[in-house]
Amino acid sequence: MRDVAIVSFAQAKNVRRELDANEVEMVMPVVSEAVEQSGIPRREIGFTCSGSCDYLAGQPFSFVSALDAVGAWPPISESHVEMDGAWALYEAWVKIQIGDIDSALIYAFGKASMGDLPDVLTLQLDPYYVAPLGPDSVSMAALQARAYLEATGRSERDLAAVAARSRKDAKTNPAAQVTGDFDPERLLGEPYLVSPLRKHDCPPISDGAAAIVLASGDLARKVCKRPAWIRGIDHRIEAHGLGNRDLAKSLSTAEAGRRAGLGTGAVDIAELHAPFTHQELILRDALGLGNEVRVNPSGGPLAGNPMMVAGLARFGEAARVLMDGQASRAVAHATSGPCLQQNMVAVLEGE
Amino acid sequence: MGEHCAIVGVGQTKHDTLRVDVSMPGLIREAVTKAFDDAGVSWGDIDAVVLGKAPDMFEGTMMPELFLADALGAVGKPMLRVHTAGSVGGSTAIVAASLIQAGIHKRVLTVAYEKQSESNAMWALTVRIPFQQAIVAGAGGYFAPLIRAYMARTNAPDDTGIRVALKDRLNALKNPTSHLTFPDVSYEMVRDSPMLWDPIRYLETCPSSDGACAMVLAAEDAAKTSPNPPAWVHATAMRSEPTMFPGRDQVNPQAGRDCAAALYKTAGIKNPRKELDCAEIYVPFSWFEPMWMENLGFAPAGEGWKMTQEGATALDGDLPVNASGGVLSSNPIGASGMIRFAESALQVRGLAGEHQVPGAKKALGHAYGGGSQFFAMWVVGSEQP
Repeated sequence: MRDVAIVSFAQAKNVRRELDANEVEMVMPVVSEAVEQSGIPRREIGFTCSGSCDYLAGQPFSFVSALDAVGAWPPISESHVEMDGAWALYEAWVKIQIGDIDSALIYAFGKASMGDLPDVLTLQLDPYYVAPLGPDSVSMAALQARAYLEATGRSERDLAAVAARSRKDAKTNPAAQVTGDFDPERLLGEPYLVSPLRKHDCPPISDGAAAIVLASGDLARKVCKRPAWIRGIDHRIEAHGLGNRDLAKSLSTAEAGRRAGLGTGAVDIAELHAPFTHQELILRDALGLGNEVRVNPSGGPLAGNPMMVAGLARFGEAARVLMDGQASRAVAHATSGPCLQQNMVAVLEGE
Repeated sequence: MGEHCAIVGVGQTKHDTLRVDVSMPGLIREAVTKAFDDAGVSWGDIDAVVLGKAPDMFEGTMMPELFLADALGAVGKPMLRVHTAGSVGGSTAIVAASLIQAGIHKRVLTVAYEKQSESNAMWALTVRIPFQQAIVAGAGGYFAPLIRAYMARTNAPDDTGIRVALKDRLNALKNPTSHLTFPDVSYEMVRDSPMLWDPIRYLETCPSSDGACAMVLAAEDAAKTSPNPPAWVHATAMRSEPTMFPGRDQVNPQAGRDCAAALYKTAGIKNPRKELDCAEIYVPFSWFEPMWMENLGFAPAGEGWKMTQEGATALDGDLPVNASGGVLSSNPIGASGMIRFAESALQVRGLAGEHQVPGAKKALGHAYGGGSQFFAMWVVGSEQP
């Protein structure tokens, strides 16, 4: 495998409702910033790949006009996944492995404020047997939380602690949407949203965009003082039906982590795409991350969760910590689908 | 270009207006089962799955790869979902091939589908961006002016489109998967069909289909043990450009020309008209055949129509184009590009049946999308490169 590293990362501030910018206008500044930071001239970037979802914009081909933000002229080699941008990063990483190109630009955008997100996400479900019943994303997460708490003996207090820690850490993240000091005991006094989940257990609804530049070997070393090397990356999907898998566990995360080489050494930090508090605990279990591992120093998805962006942002946040020299080995994780159906894990190292 | 990649299995559904007999998973399984039979493999042999389709709104299911993971046998495996507008079937195949070329997997299943009977594709394709007037109705409304511009630019005879449609519809009669078949089709029948978007007549336009296409791609070792002859990927290329800006040539887009040039360079092709034996290209409206002949470098600028008029693109011409009947005969949009790629593979494998181009050794698969701005292409050959 060729050595490939994240050499730059930029993201928009996560906001509940971006009223002043459409998708193109949200993407343009982050793409420009990531490209500029990378030090690689835009014309020399070998491949561009993006992640987004038409159902957020409520119109087909919403990614088409986003191309205007990239400056695709003269024409560029480009592709798009209807998934979180983390999978666009994977596609670009694969392209670089073939050996024809040495760099790639990845970007993602999501403007959930265009619709009612929990209802929109219902349309992700099996259209014949499940979606017509109308379960929303929060209710399904609550089913999973209940299964997890019952299977492990963990408590709602453990969930509140995750929320309080995330939002405290987010105070130092300028892109975060929900930040502040919260007392877990007081959080437990709040009413249930959908039992056993309270509002603090759920991610905010966010508009956002992010961009990353990947570079291989010598190019990465040339343009970046301390690149964040992708030492291993893998992703796996599970059965769709909630009744067809053990919701208290994430077998696909465990398998992806194993294949990404997570077990070969200790990690300092992990950026986990866990939109709900209990999902962070499930993912920690799946990846075998002990208490010594600092999880989501950025505040994570509980502080800002732009759909299609939050997974890619985990890669960017993990890379940033490595590039800054604050850690030497990190885990980046992204998820897709209801109740952690699909998961990607990468092991990153600073050099 | 990394490891060698071969196409060892191809499967297609019977394409139709309304496949009421199958669900989306059922439609996909029909294509995958055929591809597995061709490749002599089963679910356990597949390392990863790459799914492609056009806008999710065609079926009303958001990110359907999630619920289709089970039907695609993807559980426990990596799965990717590609969407690059109309070119998606082609780019999906290219992403799948890249997983082999990068040495990551040995066998990859790639599938593209559309079940357009779930919605009204024409209006789903009438994109209305805020603060812009919706000035077109469907893809035909978008592309008809480009055809007009081509006619004005080249002085091509008015009946060029009719001749393309007649040829493709005759070819479709030899393809058992075809959606539209008109056994008594004639020049007069096409000419006298109603005008939809002037100059595009009813029989010069593509249908709206339910259908799926699947391919099993394999690395060198796996390909050599497959029961039927493989097709080898000689080159792939993708190019994109923005939808509109002043001075953009939408009739003969730069992205298409650049994509073809990059493709031929990788494949070592200097004279595509001579060195390629046939081509499956994305022609949703008849006139796009001569337009793409020029864009792809088969004919000099302004002379693509001559290839049609002289019969060069017919099944017995020197460069048969769309021997399968093309997009004019079957159009499950998300799959249409992959069908072009798969049909090019069938030709060089010698497995195209009644619409086989005799002795085809090297073929082009082509797809485009958006406002003639996204291009995906590959060259496949019977010989390992």
